[in-house]
Amino acid sequence: MALSGLVLAGFVLGHMSGNLLMFKGPEAINAYAAWLHANKGLLWGARIVLVVSTLAHLWTGIQLTLENRASRDGGPAVDATRRATLSSRTMPYSGVVILAFAVFHLLHYTFRTVALGGVEFGDNVHGMLIAGFSSKPVAVFYIVSMILLCLHLSHGVSSVFQTLGLRNERWRARLDCLAQLYAWVVALGFISIPLAVLLGLLK
Amino acid sequence: MKLDSKIPAGPLADKWNNHKAKLRLVNPANRRKYHIIVVGSGLAGSAAAASFAEMGYEVSCFCYQDSPRRAHSIAAQGGINAAKNYQNDGDSVRRLFQDTIKGGDYRAREANVYRLAQVSANIIDQCVAQGVPFAREYGGLLANRSFGGAQVSRTFYARGQTGQQLLIGAYSALSRQIGLGTVKMYTRHEMLDLVLVDGKAKGIVTRDLVTGAVESWSADVVVVCTGGYGNVFYLSTNAQGCNVTATFRAHRRGAGFANPCYTQIHPTCIPVHGEDQSKLTLMSESLRNDGRVWVPKDKADCGKPAAEIPEDARDYYLERKYPSYGNLAPRDIASRAAKEVCDEGRGVGQLVDGKRLGVYLDFSAAIKRLGEAEVRARYGNLFDMYENITGENAYKQPMRIFPAVHYTMGGLWVDYNLQSNIPGLFVGGEANFSDHGANRLGASALMQGLADGYFVLPYTVTDYLAGEKPGSRPSVDAPEFKAVAKDVNDRVAKLLSINGTKSPRHYHKALGKITWEKCGMARDKAGLEGAIRDLQALREDFWKNVKVVGSGDALAPELERAGRVADFLDFGIMMCLDALKREESCGGHFRTEHQDAGEAKRDDAQFAHAAVWEWTGDGQLPIRHVEPLVYEETQLSTRSYK
Amino acid sequence: MVQENGKEQTLALKLRVWRQRRGQPGAFEEHALAAVPTSASFLEMMDMLNEQLIKEGKDTFAFDHDCREGICGMCSMTINGMPHGPIPGVTTCQLHMRNFRDGETITVEPWRARAFPVLKDLAVDRSAFDKVIQSGGFITVRTGSAPEANNIPVPKPIADEAMDAAECIGCGACVASCKNGSAMLFVGAKINHLNILPQGQAERDRRTLAMVKTMDEAGFGNCTNYGECQAHCPKSITLDVIAKLNRDYLRARVKEFFSSTGKPSKGGD
Repeated sequence: MALSGLVLAGFVLGHMSGNLLMFKGPEAINAYAAWLHANKGLLWGARIVLVVSTLAHLWTGIQLTLENRASRDGGPAVDATRRATLSSRTMPYSGVVILAFAVFHLLHYTFRTVALGGVEFGDNVHGMLIAGFSSKPVAVFYIVSMILLCLHLSHGVSSVFQTLGLRNERWRARLDCLAQLYAWVVALGFISIPLAVLLGLLK
Repeated sequence: MKLDSKIPAGPLADKWNNHKAKLRLVNPANRRKYHIIVVGSGLAGSAAAASFAEMGYEVSCFCYQDSPRRAHSIAAQGGINAAKNYQNDGDSVRRLFQDTIKGGDYRAREANVYRLAQVSANIIDQCVAQGVPFAREYGGLLANRSFGGAQVSRTFYARGQTGQQLLIGAYSALSRQIGLGTVKMYTRHEMLDLVLVDGKAKGIVTRDLVTGAVESWSADVVVVCTGGYGNVFYLSTNAQGCNVTATFRAHRRGAGFANPCYTQIHPTCIPVHGEDQSKLTLMSESLRNDGRVWVPKDKADCGKPAAEIPEDARDYYLERKYPSYGNLAPRDIASRAAKEVCDEGRGVGQLVDGKRLGVYLDFSAAIKRLGEAEVRARYGNLFDMYENITGENAYKQPMRIFPAVHYTMGGLWVDYNLQSNIPGLFVGGEANFSDHGANRLGASALMQGLADGYFVLPYTVTDYLAGEKPGSRPSVDAPEFKAVAKDVNDRVAKLLSINGTKSPRHYHKALGKITWEKCGMARDKAGLEGAIRDLQALREDFWKNVKVVGSGDALAPELERAGRVADFLDFGIMMCLDALKREESCGGHFRTEHQDAGEAKRDDAQFAHAAVWEWTGDGQLPIRHVEPLVYEETQLSTRSYK
Repeated sequence: MVQENGKEQTLALKLRVWRQRRGQPGAFEEHALAAVPTSASFLEMMDMLNEQLIKEGKDTFAFDHDCREGICGMCSMTINGMPHGPIPGVTTCQLHMRNFRDGETITVEPWRARAFPVLKDLAVDRSAFDKVIQSGGFITVRTGSAPEANNIPVPKPIADEAMDAAECIGCGACVASCKNGSAMLFVGAKINHLNILPQGQAERDRRTLAMVKTMDEAGFGNCTNYGECQAHCPKSITLDVIAKLNRDYLRARVKEFFSSTGKPSKGGD
């Protein structure tokens, strides 16, 4: 869970950084996309690692959730939570939404089978994104999903430290802060693009 | 009753080593053919069971709790003494021996106490190796503190939870053997009787508290380490489940019960707050180092808040009566003084049953002298505990304290080998009478439990087994087992069938009231005679009018309680009788007729002996026997704290 | 709360208490208690309820309890959804009625976890904890074979840290409060106590692997870092022990993976 999560968390940061090239103009992002596609080995290597990590994350996540539900044996009739955060309690749910989002996202921009407007952009990634996010429901879906990703990451990233045994009471607050920061940077970075498109800042 | 103490000959310092050299051994290949039953899983029981299993014996261990780790040894706070002399302050085996025997007011057996002091050092080694996290100095070596007024620092401790840590150590050793399959652990099993075959202890009968099944277990030797009987007073610092049943059932089968009147009262407990109270909580005696004890001079002030009572209307009675020791007067003296002022009607706190039973322990002077921060650093956890229980802030108003029963020195009579007068029945820890005489010193209960379990019983039980033919233990189908199991079943059925009107707890409270008032901190002839009559009447009422709800085939706490209370009723009579017949004051036993202006007055000429009681049958009084205490190397002296 | 004039406040309470026989389904029973002194402990309140039930000729509620001073770890009630009740850092026996309101309805349940089956009413079977200890929660030392105690210096910070973990009373509130029914806080505390001491090094990896394996087999859930265990632990044991357990487990697994068998592998020469 932690290792696959670490890979995926690293990926989203990288992905987000790449996306920010949108703000540098069409040439920058399109060149970046072209460079990625030119390095087939790198691209496919990354894709395989991502698919494997996602499947592992999914598989361990499902197993964990089922096992934990069974171990709880229903739980008390009165539920009282003292400390568990919203993000920690919603991990399976935020995870499922993010998975659904990822599938949509791939169909949308990678396979372009649900390319809204049905436009073929070829190598013009910049134009594709602008067109894609010009649809309000799509942009809102992206933004909402990224907020859930933020929720998911803020617990997930801090848990990585715990699982790898790199956390203690002295560092807990700081690491939790770091995880929050990481989650917000990733989420806001991603959100900035559809938001900018919606607000007409990116054309 | 034959009482042969079997004290080895020779100088005191050599007795144990000489004796060990003579004890018989059992061939390692034969050891697995012997089955040892250990009842109780506290320090003595766990340590003994683990040690027997390590030696290669087949062991079964029984406890009434849900895990061996819960035995009440876990609640000991202060520490454990050992003659290591790590502090270079002149400690030695002999000094620890002298302190312990003097602390016991010269009513313990010299040879046993000396052995206890001798093996004390091994206990620390053993516990450290097991991972007990004793307090350390910065250099990494073990820290000590002084405790209970000793002139040397010989007490090892793990914060305020020494008993817990030592028990976890012994429990881990026991758990290792359970995991290896060499000890079979039976939790939630209560020993309800002892089985004798041809005069020897050969097994026990238990009740499975979860299923209600009454089962017989046969063995070559039975070791009982079931703790003390403090709950005969109903309110004590003991755990709720602590009971006398195992030892008392053995007593009914012929084992002598020694010195039941020796009970220790601890002066700094949180007072009784109401009729529904079930437990008294002890706070470390160290509080008396900086707290001043007082009550109002005038009865009329007792209901007022402490702050409204001016300084000149307060009676600092310990400082007044014992100017040299003041608030640090020994446990028994401080306890009795508190009782006296409350009996005069000058107690403080809420009215319980028409009386105020409490005295102030005031830290305002200490807070002025040291500052609140320093007081908090020294006693913060105790102040927190006090506030949690009472809802009062002891930094702002004085604490209220009152004495409570906390340890019982009496127990089944044992010889030097810790064997009772029934061959094959060994007794360890608080359950026996062996080492503390009439009063136990602080930090020596843990020492005794572990000494018995780790370093005495493994040798002496082996010696006994060497005389038993391997594989000769009887089958549980033997008529002796059938008869005892029938007795147990009949008694359970009887308790369930009386279906009277009063709960077992009602009788336990009534019993406690009698024993605490008449056989508590101060005792006298008339009171004890009255108590015996009252207890006999209460016992009769119990067997007519007790109501035990629940069923015999499931967890039935009321049935458990009823059985224990029934034994406490019989036991209480014996305890009062022992207190009546011991016409002297010594240690925890204070007869008001025998005192020197408040000081216990021993009568060494007539009472330098252990009183051992023999069961004579239901409804009859037990018979008193004596084992004279012979002091070869000790000069008997009188305590004075004026 | 206790008034100096000797009278004390009392509460009228409605209680919803779990009733169950072993192996059968359970249900809540409702009872009213009229005058519970605020100075009483929660268990004394339960005693009062049981005494009232005896008067009514009904069976009492079975619950586990023993020392009633917060150290034995036997008491185990989920009170209004919270193991050991609403006050952090105390056991049920040290919870006092002054923390409740007059007229309040209090729901009392057993520990709820698959690994802790109900024996009767509020009493559960926690022997799974003992099994974890039996599989490795010890330092192997035969009675009498220990070296002189001061031959093993233990730095004070290490001894203190071991003691922090060793304060665990094994009550099971961590499992009961965990939304996954995980025992990681308990096992972490036990492993930490022994694994950081010099005496515990020889068996460190073996102990960690064995105890985790037994824990998993006992049906406890997995840790997902909710932190409820720490928040409900009556001894305030922290999640540090879980982080360290994870670290020690990883270490032991890696070492096991790369360990030498000491023998040539099959097919080798």
